[in-house]
Amino acid sequence: MHVEMKGITKSFGENKVLRGVDFSLHSGEVHALMGENGAGKSTLMNILTGLHKKDSGKVLINDEERLYANPKEAEENGVSFIHQEMITWPDMTVLENMFMGKEIKNKLGWVQTKEMEKKAKSVFGELGIDISFDRTMKTLSVGQQQLVEIAKTLLNDAEVIIMDEPTAALTDREIRTLFKIIRQLQKKDVSLVYISHRMEEIFEISDRVTVMRDGVSISTKDTKDTSYDEIVRHMVGRDLEDYYPEMDNAQGEAVLEVRNLTHLPDYEDISFTLHSGEILGFSGLMGAGRTEIMRGIFGIDKIDSGDIYLDGEKIDISTPNDAVKRGIGFLTEDRKSEGLILDFSVRDNISMTAFEEFSKGGWINDKEEEEFVDLLIKRLTVKTAHMELPVGALSGGNQQKVVLAKWIGAGSRVLILDEPTRGVDVGAKREIYNLMKELAERGVGIIMVSSDLPEVIGVSNRVLVVHEGTISGELKREDLSEERIMTLATGGE
Amino acid sequence: METKNAAVTRKKERRSELYRKLGPLIALIVLMLIVTVLNVNFIRPANLLNLLRQVSVNALIAFGMTFVIITGGIDLSVGSTLALSSALTAGIIAIGVPPVLAIVSGLLIGAFLGMINGLLITKGNVAPFIGTLATMTIYRGLTLVYTEGNPITGFGGGFAFQFFGRGYLFGIPFPVIITTAAFIILFVILHKMTFGRKTFAIGGNEQAAYIAGIKSDRVKTMVYAISGMMSALAGLILTSRLNSAQPTAGTAYELDAIAAVVIGGTSLAGGKGRIVGTLIGALIIGTLNNGLNLLGVSSFYQQVVRGVVIIIAVLLDRKK
Repeated sequence: MHVEMKGITKSFGENKVLRGVDFSLHSGEVHALMGENGAGKSTLMNILTGLHKKDSGKVLINDEERLYANPKEAEENGVSFIHQEMITWPDMTVLENMFMGKEIKNKLGWVQTKEMEKKAKSVFGELGIDISFDRTMKTLSVGQQQLVEIAKTLLNDAEVIIMDEPTAALTDREIRTLFKIIRQLQKKDVSLVYISHRMEEIFEISDRVTVMRDGVSISTKDTKDTSYDEIVRHMVGRDLEDYYPEMDNAQGEAVLEVRNLTHLPDYEDISFTLHSGEILGFSGLMGAGRTEIMRGIFGIDKIDSGDIYLDGEKIDISTPNDAVKRGIGFLTEDRKSEGLILDFSVRDNISMTAFEEFSKGGWINDKEEEEFVDLLIKRLTVKTAHMELPVGALSGGNQQKVVLAKWIGAGSRVLILDEPTRGVDVGAKREIYNLMKELAERGVGIIMVSSDLPEVIGVSNRVLVVHEGTISGELKREDLSEERIMTLATGGE
Repeated sequence: METKNAAVTRKKERRSELYRKLGPLIALIVLMLIVTVLNVNFIRPANLLNLLRQVSVNALIAFGMTFVIITGGIDLSVGSTLALSSALTAGIIAIGVPPVLAIVSGLLIGAFLGMINGLLITKGNVAPFIGTLATMTIYRGLTLVYTEGNPITGFGGGFAFQFFGRGYLFGIPFPVIITTAAFIILFVILHKMTFGRKTFAIGGNEQAAYIAGIKSDRVKTMVYAISGMMSALAGLILTSRLNSAQPTAGTAYELDAIAAVVIGGTSLAGGKGRIVGTLIGALIIGTLNNGLNLLGVSSFYQQVVRGVVIIIAVLLDRKK
């Protein structure tokens, strides 16, 4: 299938989201679509699948003008969109999920499980997927669920598959599997639109790259003819030679000391020291236990044994409240379910950790609260029309800034940041790095857990590598390289 | 231009927010007008004061229920809590404890019964619906055991206790004054104090609230204690008014309380709600009951009308 979109425009209210976008998709190619959040990538794809109606422009499918009335019609005609947040029925089986709403029935309306299994098996076979049909969806990892979703599109004989941030929640091994399957799909002449922020993946998997910015397509190039720097430049509209701030922050005394922290089977005998003014990177493969260690320190999950010292004094943390009271903040990996109350205003989210700052004896001073929040919004340059806007309406980068504002407002002296730039666009990433540096300069000790190697190398003063629940090595800033980190992360010497 | 747009959107948002807030109030006024047109006796001060007094029991329970529902929970045990705390208070008065002290103990008993709900839900990890469904029958059973199934009457209590449910202050029924005071205190706690913020935060996203350092278990336990205490307060008014503690008092009161909360615009999903809305919700239900009685509508039909009003309220709330 050949898709051609020409001069597409679209406004939501007075907000012009697309201002004349050209995009083409050849049969059997992997076409990466890049751009900061809000550049219009999803809107463009939603116009292709009929979720949104374009204001003007043309959509040609196999050289014929064609518009789908809704995503269902698009799917039936071979155009499927796999969203970042998949909709699944967690308590139903893989097979039931795959055929949801499209069950094969006989004349009496009886569901023909055998038939369905046969069909599903052939699709799984084609792609080389090995997952039992009887398992309930919730027992699958996110990566496996995604594979099921892909297989589902093939049941509809998909010719175009759009994937929005497909690797955001996958482990490295799952990414490998996904890529293998993408190659299989290519062989079957399926075209893929691959929306992602992860540069390395783009260079590995895609044939062409289109960069969008502010509702316009900036460039379309063969992947082999472009470069990392060029893509970033097109995305942000300027050079980014100083993408990572210069990490010349001075480090002071030890603030947080962790001794022999153990919680089997997740991690064992974890000891390290964090200094004030230091950014300490935690690297390692997904599932190595980094997040679990942080959750243990912060009192979200119980620990088996081990001691935590703050300013040389032994402290007891059994709930997050104990940690927050002592000036420890935790930006969790999953900001939507653990970091924010999405329906609540920016104000309510920011003020949640710092009631003492603007209340006396439990009484809230509304005016003081407003000033407090306003100051943090300005300091972190959170882009929001006003502080009463629900935080769910902001872009990923701005949501993350709200989480940071919450902990800065709480006066945290130790900040644990778990994947602080996940799902955040390039521009906002840079702002977050600068902010981390600024905080370090003020003497805050920062632990950064990250799976993004360039980021770990770019902003850490020191890196601890975790392998299968233990710290397998420590690297100073001058010794940092992707190879060395990966060697330690995979258990090598 | 960006900022101008933002200002326009904000204005629109504010307007729709205003409509949402005013919706139940407008419904109440319209309802009162309709009833007045059909029977002018409705608007007479004596009837209105009577209406307010009738509403006070349900309103008090519904105030507590508002807190519970904002955390995303539910309290089905309010009616049984009302009965058990009333019976025990009557017993306390009967053995000669001064009435004011008895009233205070009654309230504490209610708070304690609520706290048990809270602990079941937080420490025992029982779903609120199940936990309070269980205590609903337990508390009712204990009431029947204690009273041996008979009303406790003739326990006296002197002037102070009788005044509680039957007295007038400056021409206003004392229960109305109690309800007003409770409303003001709970309004302040919910909307002006950190406790209220925490209550909302837990209903909005409990895990995020917990990680932000909010002691969610403690807040929730206290919220159920508030609900229990409000039920006890309502029970004391009822007991004083009837001069007897009925073992079956408060049966199905949870339904009217939940209805008042929902009509008032508080979301059963938690995280959203206003206690003013609950007050208006209780007044709407009260006006319906009172008005339909005045108009001579059979109590069978009244139930149908009440259900229809709940559906309309929820539909209107969803539209906005």
